[in-house]
Amino acid sequence: MSSSPIKPDFRVPPVDAVALETRAADLATRSIKKHAKERGLKLVVAMIDLTTLEGQDSPGKVRHLCSKAATPLPRREDVPSCAAVCVYPDLVSVAAQAVAGTGVQVASVATGFPAGRTDRRTKLREVALAVQAGASEIDMVIDRGAFLAGRDRAVYDEIRAVKDACGEAHLKVILETGELGTYDNVRRASHVAMLAGADFIKTSTGKISPASTRPTVLLMLEAARDHFLETGRMVGVKAAGGIRTAKDALRYLVLVNETCGDSWMSPDWFRFGASSLLNDVLMQLEKLRTGRYQRPTDFSRD
Amino acid sequence: MANTGKRKGRRERPDLTFGGVWDYAPAPESTDHVDVAERYGLFVGGAWARPRSGKYFATMNPANGRKLSDVAYAGGKDVDAAVAAAKKALPGWSRLSGDDRARYLYRVARVLQERAREFAVLETLDNGKPIKETRDVDVPLAAQHFFYHAGWADKLDMLFPGQDVQPVGVVGQVIPWNFPLLMAAWKIAPALAAGNTVVIKPAETSPLTALRLCEVFMQAGLPAGVVNVVTGDGKTGRSLVTHPGVDKVAFTGSTEVGKEIQRAVAGRGVDLTLELGGKAAHLVFEDAALDQAVEGVVRGIFFNQGHVCCAGSRLLVQEGVHDVFVRKLKRRMGRIRVGDPLDKNTDMGAIHSREQLQRIRELVDAGVQEGATLYQPECELPRGGYWFAPTLFTGVSQTQRIVREEIFGPVLSVSTFRTPEEAVAKANDTSYGLSAGIWTDKGARILWMAARMRAGVVWNNTFNRFDAASPFGGFQESGFGREGGRQGLRAYVRLGAGLLPG
Repeated sequence: MSSSPIKPDFRVPPVDAVALETRAADLATRSIKKHAKERGLKLVVAMIDLTTLEGQDSPGKVRHLCSKAATPLPRREDVPSCAAVCVYPDLVSVAAQAVAGTGVQVASVATGFPAGRTDRRTKLREVALAVQAGASEIDMVIDRGAFLAGRDRAVYDEIRAVKDACGEAHLKVILETGELGTYDNVRRASHVAMLAGADFIKTSTGKISPASTRPTVLLMLEAARDHFLETGRMVGVKAAGGIRTAKDALRYLVLVNETCGDSWMSPDWFRFGASSLLNDVLMQLEKLRTGRYQRPTDFSRD
Repeated sequence: MANTGKRKGRRERPDLTFGGVWDYAPAPESTDHVDVAERYGLFVGGAWARPRSGKYFATMNPANGRKLSDVAYAGGKDVDAAVAAAKKALPGWSRLSGDDRARYLYRVARVLQERAREFAVLETLDNGKPIKETRDVDVPLAAQHFFYHAGWADKLDMLFPGQDVQPVGVVGQVIPWNFPLLMAAWKIAPALAAGNTVVIKPAETSPLTALRLCEVFMQAGLPAGVVNVVTGDGKTGRSLVTHPGVDKVAFTGSTEVGKEIQRAVAGRGVDLTLELGGKAAHLVFEDAALDQAVEGVVRGIFFNQGHVCCAGSRLLVQEGVHDVFVRKLKRRMGRIRVGDPLDKNTDMGAIHSREQLQRIRELVDAGVQEGATLYQPECELPRGGYWFAPTLFTGVSQTQRIVREEIFGPVLSVSTFRTPEEAVAKANDTSYGLSAGIWTDKGARILWMAARMRAGVVWNNTFNRFDAASPFGGFQESGFGREGGRQGLRAYVRLGAGLLPG
């Protein structure tokens, strides 16, 4: 892959950790009631990339997942489908077949997920194969080794190469913020990824703790907002890993609503990468309808 | 997915819209658990008393202009009775061991915590500030002040080693309307910890939480007369601070009244601390964390509707980032939710009173007339009550009234500086000196700047953060004396030569 002729500017404003976390905590006190809650929860469902990324994943499990993503609550037509299912590359063809005609996208992790410690050719080949098998979204991981060594340009070039390999497929760039160590790094990694052509910037693989945190996502939303205001190009944000409750998801939604505003309040521009979150959201939606909580067993596992 | 958002023309600057997709439903805090009596008496000698003046006055809810309650008006004789009660309680209270005084203060703090929701709602009703702030700031901090000073009550000898520590005596305290409960706690907690007894006068327009605090004192079994509350107006305050039975006066409020009090106590051997107005500089350097600095600036001036003596009302931005910072700030101001103070999602509540609203309007009009550029985000203000939109002035000069005078409202003025020296000069170009804020990512600059700020409190990369352990107070026309921390206790003790060991 040849380097871009223009030298990209990777400088970003510094981040104050205390004040960032204060702002995130402040927004977490928003009280979401009644119609706002129902609308928010439905939006959360529509924004979920229903995910399974386990060694023990089977074609059967993936098919169940796809059916759940397409029709999260069979009794209720007012509850939308999830945005996508997210699987390992070898299960992409199974998923693509299962979601055909439902509007649910197939996302595949790639580039040596989760650590990304493999060579460039293997990464690009993996991406191409996943796209070939039917993935319309690729979730790549950045080279944290290079990033933490200060080789931003290498990270940038690799993202550009992967973007090319994606073709028509949308590229989500996983920063793995839990390994970046500082908010300053998160801001810079976001910036590098957006400059390199990421369609989405994504917090985490879900394999590292901490995964997604609200201050981190707030910061990434600010980065996406500033990128849009400077260049006119919108980039989506995906919060992935560790988001398990409807309450938490609504708090993320508040961050989107008050940082980036209306344009980002859609599955096109904000996603949750989650597995167990969906059932809690469904339970809350049913609670709003019936006034009572259902048993957890009333909702299918996958 | 389209890769360009709502960009219309090539030359148009991309912008954002808010609130069109997901608007929050009203989330009002319930008032069911708060009984407001039709009428309140004075709290003298551990019991409620009818005013000898025979008079009552109304206190209002600033959010709708409706009367909440009638409150007793303390005339001269009522103040006499309250001071007498405090004097009577003094020997018993001051001779208690510090350990025993601490027990009462801890109990007060715990009861305050238990009744936190009630206090938060009542404060919001009487003051107009949002429930978010009373719930998360005013009430928890008030409780913290009692906890903190309870901790010192039995350790005064460690604060002043080798010296004989005695209480001052009967303390007369006059507090403002902007943090009614919190100011009462600031004043009462250290006074009691050090063994003094108190007569306190809450502000005329916001007396209800101080009166409810008396219920907490009763619940905690505080001995009669240790704290007495006299409600009234400026005249009541004058009777209190000029009363011959008062040994120390502590005042928080306007500079104008502070000067009057200083004249009134002059030459009488009465101790005095004054915490007065401010016109704080809030400095943003080019290398600052700009998004967080925007949050800090918003917190600095729009917290509590700007009714804050240490509000960061003069924003000074380094020239290179002025435009981008002001753009960010304006966008953020559009996100401030102004409205029903009882709604949990309200960021800015009602202006406290008609008088205050008039003062804000007068100064904002002066700003426009003097040539500054006014900006207010589109925001629908409720009907009824007193309201004012978040306001920003750009293109201001150091000589304008909006830069010199304390507005005590949600009004921020912005100007620029080029060098740290110029920042210092502009920041200190004021007759006040209560607080200052500095946003920079450079550690060395923080220290260099902080050493040169003539302000009692200097916040770095934050603003309007309070803690019972941190002394608070001013320079110049912002007053003298400190409140909070070890320094704050100094004002409530008299030190003599101690019994030095061997």
